Amino acid sequence: MIKVLFFARIRDQVGCNELDLELPETVSDVGAFTDQLKQRGKEFSAALSDPNVLVAVNQEMASSQTTVEDGDEIAYFPPVTGG
Amino acid sequence: MEWDQSDQEAIQIRVEPQDFELGTEYERLRLRSNSSGAIVVFTGLVRDFNAEGAIGGIILEHYPAMTQKSLKAIAKKASEKWGLEGITVIHRVGELQNHDQIVLVGVSARHRAAAFDGARFIMDYLKTEAPFWKKEVTADGDAEWVEAKESDQRARERW
Repeated sequence: MIKVLFFARIRDQVGCNELDLELPETVSDVGAFTDQLKQRGKEFSAALSDPNVLVAVNQEMASSQTTVEDGDEIAYFPPVTGG
Repeated sequence: MEWDQSDQEAIQIRVEPQDFELGTEYERLRLRSNSSGAIVVFTGLVRDFNAEGAIGGIILEHYPAMTQKSLKAIAKKASEKWGLEGITVIHRVGELQNHDQIVLVGVSARHRAAAFDGARFIMDYLKTEAPFWKKEVTADGDAEWVEAKESDQRARERW
């Protein structure tokens, strides 16, 4: 299973905090995983198509080429605005 | 004041709702900075306005499992780059009022240039990498997400 988390504006757009999903056999990186998520509906597709969206895998910043394995935690969020 | 072992850790990170006291944090940092000749402490505050006008406070969300990890990595990077002796980073979360303190970054170093630069480096990285998001409460009581600033990205790229 993959634990998927959404934060801030992205969470508002997709309408949920968290999803537990099976990792499809054909998916091995963040880019492919995100493409699968976009299939879940137009809210997902709109939120995750924004080029500014950031992705973290296991709490570390990731890119679309980052490898995804069963058991990973993948988080999507907008550019950060703390401090 | 009583001190336990954890007070001697060189890098101390706290992410929590409660406020902090500048004098106490300065003293804690000073007490674990025996070889330092300089301490710089920065605090960030909630402004009472944004580009549209007055605001009534902010709400700070974060990614709990990642914030601590991310701030620690930033502090370590600064420590290696500037040879810092002690680092304290405190970031508040939850609902904050106008003029409240949001963030504290304190660093100690042998000489002032490293202390000034180290503190600034940590803040510039925190602003662009640590997973916190601000929502501003507007005059009519709504809350709106704050947009990330291009100038923050540029500030980080300087280093």
